[in-house]
Amino acid sequence: MKTVITSSGENNLAQFDKRFGRAAWFCVFDEETKETIFIKNTNTNSSNGAGTKAAEQIVSMNVQKVISGDFGPKAKDLLDKFNVQMVIIQDNDVTVQGIIEKLTT
Amino acid sequence: MSRPKTLRKVVAPPNFKGYKPYGTHAGTMDSVELLYEEYEAIKLADYDLMNHLEASKLMGISRPTFARIYETARRKIAKAFVEAIEIKTVYGDALLDKHWYVCDDCQTRFTIPKTIEQHQCPLCKSEQIELLNT
Repeated sequence: MKTVITSSGENNLAQFDKRFGRAAWFCVFDEETKETIFIKNTNTNSSNGAGTKAAEQIVSMNVQKVISGDFGPKAKDLLDKFNVQMVIIQDNDVTVQGIIEKLTT
Repeated sequence: MSRPKTLRKVVAPPNFKGYKPYGTHAGTMDSVELLYEEYEAIKLADYDLMNHLEASKLMGISRPTFARIYETARRKIAKAFVEAIEIKTVYGDALLDKHWYVCDDCQTRFTIPKTIEQHQCPLCKSEQIELLNT
């Protein structure tokens, strides 16, 4: 099962990004192999539709769970339609590593 | 461009697609479109007997906005009654927040899609979760 965590940097120690569509990086974490892959979000600077594009990208990667700070209404609808679980974390000071540790324990 | 509308939270969408009059002789069937948020407004105000302020808070909109939605809802129903035409329910600017859960242990909010069977927090695996309706 694959999980996407929105991240502000390219490694595990980077801060978790609370934005979804405009997050700097997407960390794809595979629960079986415990591997993480970082994918750059190309929609960071787009003026509109960032959430929709990000959601499309996530659906195409065949991910079952997305962890972020919040989701816009369009992204919510889209992810909901493709049965992707959305998880909202409100903590400000949490790293990608911290979230992965919580997921695996 | 006008300001986008705040999405109105709807706890449960109507259990029907519409209402039709019977015993009318009219040949052509006109219809009115009742939005989900209008159905919700009627339900909260006239079925659950809430006052407009409480109801507006539940739907995440201001009291005047609630009053406007409630008014259009009543007028549409009155129009359908008097003119003996069909009522159809349509989506509108509603936000169906029915399936958001909150974890009591770590305060994480999440959805549970149909494909996932176990009802537990995706982060801390706690089973102390609650439905978030407001």
